[in-house]
Order: sequence, then C-alpha cells, then structure tokens
Amino acid sequence: MTLSRKKLVLVGNGMAGVRAIEHLLKLAPDAYDITIFGAEPHPNYNRIMLSSVLAGGTDLSEIVINDYEWYRSHNITLYTGHKIESIDTVNKKVRTGLGVEAVYDELILATGSDPFMLPLPGADKEGVIAFRDIKDCQIMMETSKTYKKALVIGGGLLGLEAARGLLHLGMEVSVVHIHHYIMERQLDQEAAVMLQRELEAQGMKFLLSKQSEAILGKKRVKSLLFADGSSAEADLIVMAVGIRPNTALAQKSGIAVGRGIVVNDYMETNIPGVYAIGECAEHRGIAYGLVAPLYEQGAVLAKRLAGVQGQGYEGSVTSTKLKVSGVDVFSAGQYDEPAGSRALRYQDEIDGVYKKLVISKDKLIGAVLFGDTADGAQLFSLIKSGESIQGKERSLLLGLPDDALKASPSARLEAMADDEIICGCNGVSKGAIAEAITTGGCTSVGQIKACTKASASCGGCKPLVEGLLELYAGDAAVKVKEGICGCTTLGRDEIVAEIKRMELKTVKEVMNVLEWTNEEGCSKCRPSLNYYLGMLWPEEYADEKESRITNERYHANIQKDGTFSVVPRIYGGVTSPGELKKIAEVAEKFDVPMVKFTGGQRLDLLGVKKEDLPKIWEELDMPSGHAYGKTLRTVKTCVGSTFCRFGTQDSIGMGIRLEKEFERLNTPAKVKLAVSGCPRNCAEATIKDFGVVAIDGGWELHVGGNGGVHVRATDLLCVVKTEDEVVEWASAFLQYYRENASWNERTSNWVERVGLDSIKAALDNREDRLALGQRIRTALSVTTDPWKQIVAERELRKNFEPISPIETA
Amino acid sequence: MTKMHIGNVADIDRKGSRTLKVNDMEIALFRLSDGEVLAVENKCPHKGGTLSEGMVCGSKVHCPLHDWRIDLHTGKVEDPDTGCVPTFEVEVDPATGAVYLTV
Ligand SMILES: Cc1cc2nc3c(=O)[nH]c(=O)nc-3n(C[C@H](O)[C@H](O)[C@H](O)COP(=O)(O)OP(=O)(O)OC[C@H]3O[C@@H](n4cnc5c(N)ncnc54)[C@H](O)[C@@H]3O)c2cc1C
Ligand code: SF4
Ligand code: FES
Repeated sequence: MTLSRKKLVLVGNGMAGVRAIEHLLKLAPDAYDITIFGAEPHPNYNRIMLSSVLAGGTDLSEIVINDYEWYRSHNITLYTGHKIESIDTVNKKVRTGLGVEAVYDELILATGSDPFMLPLPGADKEGVIAFRDIKDCQIMMETSKTYKKALVIGGGLLGLEAARGLLHLGMEVSVVHIHHYIMERQLDQEAAVMLQRELEAQGMKFLLSKQSEAILGKKRVKSLLFADGSSAEADLIVMAVGIRPNTALAQKSGIAVGRGIVVNDYMETNIPGVYAIGECAEHRGIAYGLVAPLYEQGAVLAKRLAGVQGQGYEGSVTSTKLKVSGVDVFSAGQYDEPAGSRALRYQDEIDGVYKKLVISKDKLIGAVLFGDTADGAQLFSLIKSGESIQGKERSLLLGLPDDALKASPSARLEAMADDEIICGCNGVSKGAIAEAITTGGCTSVGQIKACTKASASCGGCKPLVEGLLELYAGDAAVKVKEGICGCTTLGRDEIVAEIKRMELKTVKEVMNVLEWTNEEGCSKCRPSLNYYLGMLWPEEYADEKESRITNERYHANIQKDGTFSVVPRIYGGVTSPGELKKIAEVAEKFDVPMVKFTGGQRLDLLGVKKEDLPKIWEELDMPSGHAYGKTLRTVKTCVGSTFCRFGTQDSIGMGIRLEKEFERLNTPAKVKLAVSGCPRNCAEATIKDFGVVAIDGGWELHVGGNGGVHVRATDLLCVVKTEDEVVEWASAFLQYYRENASWNERTSNWVERVGLDSIKAALDNREDRLALGQRIRTALSVTTDPWKQIVAERELRKNFEPISPIETA
Repeated sequence: MTKMHIGNVADIDRKGSRTLKVNDMEIALFRLSDGEVLAVENKCPHKGGTLSEGMVCGSKVHCPLHDWRIDLHTGKVEDPDTGCVPTFEVEVDPATGAVYLTV
C-alpha cells in the first residue's frame, strides 16, 4: 500500500517560508510533497547579511542558508526564478508567469515585502534602485565600477547600511533625509549628530531636511531635485524609505488583505488551506519587518501543518540595532528630556562616545548611548525598575570604576564560573541560565524567567540575565515588551484607555477584546482589571468577587497557617469600654489565640478559623475594619486639643471624620491616613499616604508617605484653614490617585513616578477638586459593609463552611 | 476507594471552591467557569497554603500564599516551580447536578 502524501506548496523562497519548512521537516518529515516557488534566481539566503556583503565583510556565496543540495535531499521541488502569477483557490492550483502549474492541498504565502519607492517623476529611470535583494546588491557593485556618485534617500537604519556599503565600494555617497537629523526614531539630536560626524569621517555626506521632488536625467539618472530648488548630482539613487507587504498576488486571488495578508493566530488566511507568514502577513494588525517574529510565525505554522497541537502566535515586540561599521547605538525610555527632568551628559569627542542619562527626581527615565553601549542593558533595567539611582549617577554615567571598566560586560559574563549564582532570590546559577538558552531554546528574558525563575523576584539580576541571553542566543534574542502581567503586552495606561474608549464593562470582555493570551487571566491582571473597571464605571460595574485577591474575597487577612485575622473598625482609634468588652467576649467565645494592637491603633484578633469568620462578625456586630484590602485602612490620630497640652486642633475629631468619609473606599493599594494635633506629630502623619498636621489656625496636608519597605516621608501638598477644606483636598487627592495610579501602586511610588508638581497642578483649581470630590462620593455611595452582607446572605456565607457529605445507601 | 455523594454543583460558585474533610485530609473542590468540578488535596506543595482560598484562572488555581500555580486536572505545579498535589475523581450527574467524589 502506498501512502498518499498531501501536497504542500510554498510561494516565496525567502527567510520566513523556508524557515517554516525546516521546522515542518523536523516535526513531520514524510507528511507532504513539497514544492517551492521563488521569484529570485537563488536558493534561500540570509537577507540580513546583504548589508555585510555590501560592506565587504562577507561574500555572496556565504549568505546562502540552504543550498540546492538541501532541497534535493529533502525531496523538495524547487522552482527558482519562477514568480507565481495566479492562485486558483477553488481547484487549489498555482501558476507561474512561465506557465508552470502546481496543485496543492495546503498553500503557504511568504512573499515578503516590496521596498517602498517614492513616486517621484523620473523614478523609473535607469540607476534608481532599492536595497532589498541580491540583485540590488549586484547592481550597486556593478555601478560602483563605472560610476562615482551615489545618493541614498532615507537616513534610517537601512539607508545608513546601504550608504555604508556604497562607501566601501568606493563611491561618493550622500544620504538624503527629510528630517533634520538622522535616525530620528531611535536617537536624540546629540547622538544623531555624533553618529553623523562618525559617518562623515568615514566619507559619507548628508543632505538633511531635504524633500526629494524629481529625478532628472535622460535614460539614466543624472541628478535629484529637491523641493527647496536645490539639487544633487547622482549616477545611482538607492531608495531606502520603507517597505510594504507584498500582497498583490493574494489580493487578486481573493484572499483577504489589509496592510498585509490577514492571518489569525495560526497563520490561516480567510481561505481554507491557505496560510501566510513573514513580512507579507498581517497579524493582529501588525506586519513585522524583522526576522525574529517571522521565525516565531514559522514555528507556529509548522506545528499546525504537522498536526501538532500548539499555542497560536501571539505577536512579538522586537528591537533592532544599527549594523553600521562598528558604530554602536542604543536608546531607551524618555531620552528627549521631558519637563521636570534633568540630563547628565558625558561626551568624549576623542573616542566618539556620547552618553546621556535623563533623570527625573532621583530616577533614571531615559538614556542614549553612542559609541559604547555596554551599559545599555543595565540602564534599561534601571529605567524599567524605577529604583532610585541617587548617589550612583556618576558611576552610571561613567560606567563602572577602574578595573571593571576594562573588561567588557560580556567578557565578564563569559569568564564567570558556571556555578556562580546570578539570581540571588531564586538561587539560579549562570550554568542553569546558559542551559535554558542553549538547550532549552529560550530566546527572551521572559522565557528564561518562566523556565528557571531567574529574575522572577526582585528583578535586580535582569541585566545579567539579558547579558547572558545576548551571549548565548545572540541575534535570536527577543526583547519582549512587558505588560501588566504575562497575559498581555499592554501597560496600565493603554488598558485603561481602551476600557474607556470601547466602554468595556466586564473583566472577561477586556480580556477578550484586548486579546489576552491566557483566556481567564492570572492572579495579577484579574484583580487589576476588576479595580480599573470599578474605578471607571462605579455605578454600572458589578464587582467580580472571584477576581479579588484572597484577603478581599474572605474579608480577613489570610495568615501563613491558613487561619485569618479579624480587625473591626474603630474610628480614629477611639473606642469605649462597652466596645472593648464586646471584643473581649467574642475573642473568648471563639478561642481566639491572640489579641493584638495593630500598628494603626486597632485591635487584631489573630488565628481565626475560616468557618468561624461569619459567626465572629455576627457577634461583634461592628463594621469591617478593612485591614485586609486595597482600600482605606485606618486613620491614626493623636490626642490633639481634646486632652494634650500642646494640641492646637481637634485631631481626634478630624481623624474620625476622615475615616467615616472614606470608609470602604476601593483604592489601587492600601491607603493609610493620620492626623496629628500639632507639629510634634505624634500620629506620625508624615509617613502616611495622606497625613494631616494641625498648625496654629490651619492644617498642613502631606502626601505620599510610607512606613513600609521603602520608608518615605511625605511631601507637603498645601496648607488649608478649615476642616471642610481638609476633607475637600483629601477627597480630591484620593480620587486623583484612584484614577491615575496602577493597581497595587502605593501613593509613595505613584507620587515619585508622576511627580508632586503634576499632582499639585491637577488639584490646584477648586473646580477640579470639587469634580474629583463628586466622583469619589459616587464611588463611595455604592459600597456596602462586606461583613454584614455575608452574615445576612446564606449564598455568600456557604463559602466559609466545609461541605458535609450526604449519606448514601 | 469510596464514592460519596457530597452535594450539588450549585453549592460551589463558578471560579470558586468549597472544602471537605475526609478522614484527616482536607479536600478542595473547585468549579471552573465552564462548570467542570475538580478536586485536589487542599494543601499547597510549597508551604501548605490552603488552595481553596486561591484564585481560579482557567483550570489552574493560584495558591493564596505565594502564588504558585497548580493545574487542577493533573495536580501538577506549573513551571518554574515543581511539585504535585493529589487529585481526586469527581463526577457530576448531568441531570440532577449531584456531585460524587471518589476518595
Ligand atoms: C538589507 C537588509 C538588511 C536587513 N537587516 C535586518 C536585520 O538586521 N535584522 C532583522 O531582523 N531584519 C533585517 N532585515 C529584514 C529581513 O531581512 C526581513 O524581515 C525578512 O527577510 C523577511 O522574510 P520573508 O520571508 O517574509 O520575506 P523575504 O525574505 O523577502 O522572502 C520573500 C521572497 O518571496 C519572493 N516572492 C515574492 N512574490 C513572489 C511570487 N509571487 N512568487 C514567487 N516568489 C515570490 C521574493 O522574491 C522573496 O525572495 C533586513 C532586510 C534588508 C533588505
Ligand atoms: S501631635 Fe501635638 S497635639 Fe498631638 S499628641 Fe503630639 S504633642 Fe499633642
Ligand atoms: S504555600 Fe502555596 S505558594 Fe507557597
């Protein structure tokens, strides 16, 4: 019996398509009869290396990835120099311009992209080319033998690489760029100018702020005319201004096309049996122009074709670097010095090194490195971590001191012993990370994290992990943009904006519409989405209790042994003998192992069994102290003018008023308040999220304090006169925080991140304050006491009780 | 091995859980968003966290103490952590919703 194999046809013999075939051959070597059509007259080659070929580092023959023998040995029928002109999706047939036909069961389109040619008059003249394939490369080499003057239109990555190549070929090269400095999408002006100077020293010329208008010449190009009336002579013009997915074939064959050929997560087009990958494909609205994502797509498609179950492709975020003649360029974050920031610069004109660190408060928010990019990873991780760099500015700017300066980081990493620990938190050695990359196939820090747990905790070792990734994975390394959690690449602001824009109203909806990778999310994103939705739509949104953190689902603090602690609300810390008696009786009745005063002047009943919680609440008959939630915790107070001989104002009254005002408020993270009756500040108000300190005839309002891991004293927000004003400002501040901070971000971090000035500006206007106050009251109006509710509702209460089996006969 | 009738699916909230003592062991029963009911020992392999209090995402539960993820079908701890919790067979009578647990 002969097994009939299915027929697979690939259109496009480029990097993406052949990569998918290579994968497929590994997974299912005998499943298909494979035919490949390529318009170019070559076997599959490494397009990226064209830059090196042109620049003289590599020979054309060296960039072939798979030679003809490879195709033969895998029984692949290869037609080079054959362009497919039509697809008959009904009879499942393709046909080349030369009349060759092939039938298929499955068809892959990997037609790459076309260079974008500016539609200038004269663009069809001889000597006007793009920089895309071997042919373009050969034309440049040929031209350089007889002609002298070359112009490259486009001062981006590809244009500079082309120009560098032409210089190498001995031509006079000018780069024409429409912007006033080169690589404006990656660099700030200083770095761009240094790069320009470096390239000028190599012989390149620049015509900046020039808009090309027409190409002049008879048959062959003679010169390029600009909009400002000037012109430049040229025997060769290379256009490197962008690319465009090659979709013509798909379009005329009735396959859905947007920017590129539209595919789903399994690279399927709208026509069954037809797939698309690579630069020609558009996935979730994105057509990629770099190889790393195309390889990922190829792997997904190969699995699908081999009938192997697998996760779909979820998109990639990529990065690239300039491959110009040993010039290293790096940029990250806000490198253009936004308001309120200051920049530290190091400029070494002799060695051609430029470094800029952009600092806001004491944090690094951006960096540009030119000439020496060794510290890029470290700086990038500092930008992302947002930790204070105070006192370290100098060493960061100058690189590491002394001997450390001499060895490059990658050499240092390479020399490191295999058993040296890289990630101290999780005890992961260099060897384990290296293995995850080399044999485990990890190509991103995220994957390494998932595979070894390195950098999964404090993240301090991330630069080292990145360094190792670079060392062992090289160009295969993928930089993944980090979202709020592993389920999405979107950040907090993007998510909140989308929820508002599309009026999303449930957690599930958000995850669907914004294409979460884990269908039901995780313990990080679900609580945050639940918070954002509740914050945005206080009156409409139905809180999802199953998306709340454990403490908030059980309305008590879970302890390490699975028991809980109960803290009843005691406004302002003021109680009465009656209330104390009640608490004591309940504690005795339920054998509460420990009763303790909390740091916030409340009473904590520790070690309560889950099933006892509703009963305790019922007997206490006091409101929930919310000591477990991301919400207003306590308002600490001192004695104040009520009894204290120094007190100038009634701090107790003020504290109780504030606690009643904001009781049960949902906030991004826990919120603590305190009120002191005079500047002696016995309530320690200056390490609270919102601190109030009485002064003679008024109140000082302080914000952003924290007594926790990173102790932070408050910043003074303002001074007001009356108690009503205290409430007005507190409302406005808390609501502004609710609306703008990330879930789980304490005010201390938030104030540092956004800057006190921006908060002052937002609250400055009384109308704005009142509007914020109105919104916080709306949010508060829909809250209820969770303890009361659980005590009253059987359906909620059942979750605290164990199930008892039913007798069966 | 005994099979017990322990109640009705409606006793467990979707993406919620209930617990049950069998001899000396506590078992956590979870009801996934698609209605499936799964049972594991209510003890995280890490430091004994009560899994019943964790967040249910898909067919996984996040331990409430240190966020380890446990696959409720297999009982296996997800990478990069390792370990396993015992799982138990659960049957739900599609007609009545009666839940049977085999221990
Ligand atoms: C000079 C240069 C430097 C680059 N440097 C980098 C870099 O440093 N890093 C990076 O990540 N990326 C780089 N890229 C981009 C990278 O090369 C592309 O992203 C990648 O090659 C795209 O792969 P693909 O298979 O989608 O398309 P291609 O590799 O372009 O393959 C498509 C093939 O399909 C053929 N074809 C088209 N239509 C038909 C048809 N109808 N019938 C038959 N055949 C057809 C084309 O002739 C072509 O050979 C560079 C690109 C260039 C040009
Ligand atoms: S802060 Fe001032 S008013 Fe309050 S207890 Fe201390 S000294 Fe007295
Ligand atoms: S006890 Fe479960 S994660 Fe630590």
